[in-house]
Amino acid sequence: MLSAEAEKIIEAARPRGWVLEPEALRLLETAGVPVPRFTWARSLSEALEVAAGIGYPVVAKVVSPQIMHKSDVQGVQPGIANEGSLAEVYERFTRLLGFEGVVIAEMLSGQELIIGAKVDFQFGPVILLGVGGTAVEIYKDTATRMAPLQAADVPSMLGCLRGHRLFTGHRGVAAVNLAQLTEMALRFSDLVMALGDRIDSIDLNPVFCSPQRCVVADARIVLASDLK
Amino acid sequence: MAVAGVSLANERHPANVIYNKIHLRYPVKVYPVNPKGGVFKRDRVYRGVDEIPGPVDLAVIAVRADLVPETLSQCIRKGAGGAVIISGGFAESGRADLQERITAMAREANFPFIGPNCLGIYSPGQFDTFFLPGERLVRPNPGNVGFVSQSGGVLVDQMVKFTEQGLGLSLAVSIGNKALIREIDLLRHLAADPGTRVIAFYVEGFGRNEGRAFVEQAAAIKKPVVVLKAGKTAEGSRAVGSHTASLAGDYRVFSDVLAQHGIVEAHSEFELTCFCESLSHYPRGIEGNVGVVTVSGGHGAIACDICAGLGLRVPRLSEALKDEIRANLSANIRDIASLENPVDLTGSAVDEDFVAALTALSRTPEVDSVLLLLLPYSPGISSDLGARLSYVHQQDGKPLVAYVPHVEKYRILIEGFELNDVPVASSIDGAAFMVEAMRRCRPC
Repeated sequence: MLSAEAEKIIEAARPRGWVLEPEALRLLETAGVPVPRFTWARSLSEALEVAAGIGYPVVAKVVSPQIMHKSDVQGVQPGIANEGSLAEVYERFTRLLGFEGVVIAEMLSGQELIIGAKVDFQFGPVILLGVGGTAVEIYKDTATRMAPLQAADVPSMLGCLRGHRLFTGHRGVAAVNLAQLTEMALRFSDLVMALGDRIDSIDLNPVFCSPQRCVVADARIVLASDLK
Repeated sequence: MAVAGVSLANERHPANVIYNKIHLRYPVKVYPVNPKGGVFKRDRVYRGVDEIPGPVDLAVIAVRADLVPETLSQCIRKGAGGAVIISGGFAESGRADLQERITAMAREANFPFIGPNCLGIYSPGQFDTFFLPGERLVRPNPGNVGFVSQSGGVLVDQMVKFTEQGLGLSLAVSIGNKALIREIDLLRHLAADPGTRVIAFYVEGFGRNEGRAFVEQAAAIKKPVVVLKAGKTAEGSRAVGSHTASLAGDYRVFSDVLAQHGIVEAHSEFELTCFCESLSHYPRGIEGNVGVVTVSGGHGAIACDICAGLGLRVPRLSEALKDEIRANLSANIRDIASLENPVDLTGSAVDEDFVAALTALSRTPEVDSVLLLLLPYSPGISSDLGARLSYVHQQDGKPLVAYVPHVEKYRILIEGFELNDVPVASSIDGAAFMVEAMRRCRPC
């Protein structure tokens, strides 16, 4: 079952065909999928206030109904160390197409994964897990399973990746928290099943996974075309 | 059996070909049907299926597409068991409406039919509805592989490949446009058929959410299911907004979801043949730790490379196991045989050395399958070795596959294995694929 708030977010995004990042993060939060501390700030003063509350460094990301792929237009700035830098970044973002504010979020660290979902014509909802980050389409290192996922599917999907050792510990980098990753994937799988045919596809990318925790840093939810 | 569409003028009409083969070569009473009536080959031609006096278990419909609805309603009135609609001219050529009409008629009457636009059914020794003259077909013997194909051409060609491998069929069905009876119906049928041990499919694509129902059904039955999929490269043609939609292309999802459910995906006709052969003997999954036995270092190395490429492991054997094998080897190879894995018995090995190696590998948990590379030109090998090693295999039941070059003079060795339930490949690749089949036969 989808929560009332989740229903509202999907409904509001219908005309656009996809869900703005801060709304997508909120939707994930309602489903129990861990997201960073974040706020959608509509002014510079609000952004500065939020950043002070979270504590520097922070990441700033542009919010615009006309920008689905933020990195492509330099609309993501990680590692902002102080108020001066934040003000500069904010000023730059205001000049991007369709600017409607910024997401200010805590900085995350760990290995980058992509967790995705799509409604496949032949098999219905499927979940994808793979090596994440901005180069996902270059590495194309992913594994797919029919949803709903079982707990055992998560280690099995990791094991299918060419780059699986990125996540199981290598050269002084500790293994990711498999229990948390599994929990996140299962919560996400439940959400995907509840969303059903309302979505076309979802990217959680990157998901930062460390030995301590797994958190979704960015999310893109594309609605099914008949709902646009 | 009724054959509707038999021509009094055209001996090469598909219906005539079917009538002839049933009439002459199968233990089936067949009735020719043509609206004009008359006499055909001293047999009365009935004007409609519903005029036939005796019971009709199956009607083969090979009339023009626009006459199919009338013939179908005759079958329904007659109370026939079912039909195979050979005729083309339906959804495949823009007449989806006509196809929907006959499907609705059949649904309403609860009347099963295969097709349209198909070859229909091949049931070895019982009957077939293929409009291909018997002398042109390669006809597999009765066996335990059930094969369902969206393409009639692929089905007939695969029958050639199965026959070359000595693999028999329980039933083969070309489902054509699959208007009513689809893959999942035949999956259920073959799952319940005691004569079928392996169920194989050639699939081009499923309908909306049909793949989901198919894999869930396949995962629930106890028999191995093998799928050869065509149309792998159509993915990624539509514009997509998300990475997931682009990365999880149609074929990628198909392949991963099959593996998730322990359905064995074959990537070629050759793999399909090897997988069906292997799984008809060994219908259960293994992890894929292979013991390789050879008389030639080169063959062992080639086999290891192929295994590694497939994801099979060829683990080193423990010292204890090597000591056990060595103690039972004949004196003249004891010091020259290499008992790493591959176990290389050398060209001086005799039958007893193979028995010693296979006995030890069959009993150890260090490997879960044995791949035997048997080169009969080695002088110490007798013609009894195939049968002897099969008996060793039967003691413990650990899967054993053999490679023996397929030339006529080694036939007795090959049959020594095959008649004793051990599959034999005609190439090293084929033998490795037979082991790989068992590895893929478990959920990934």
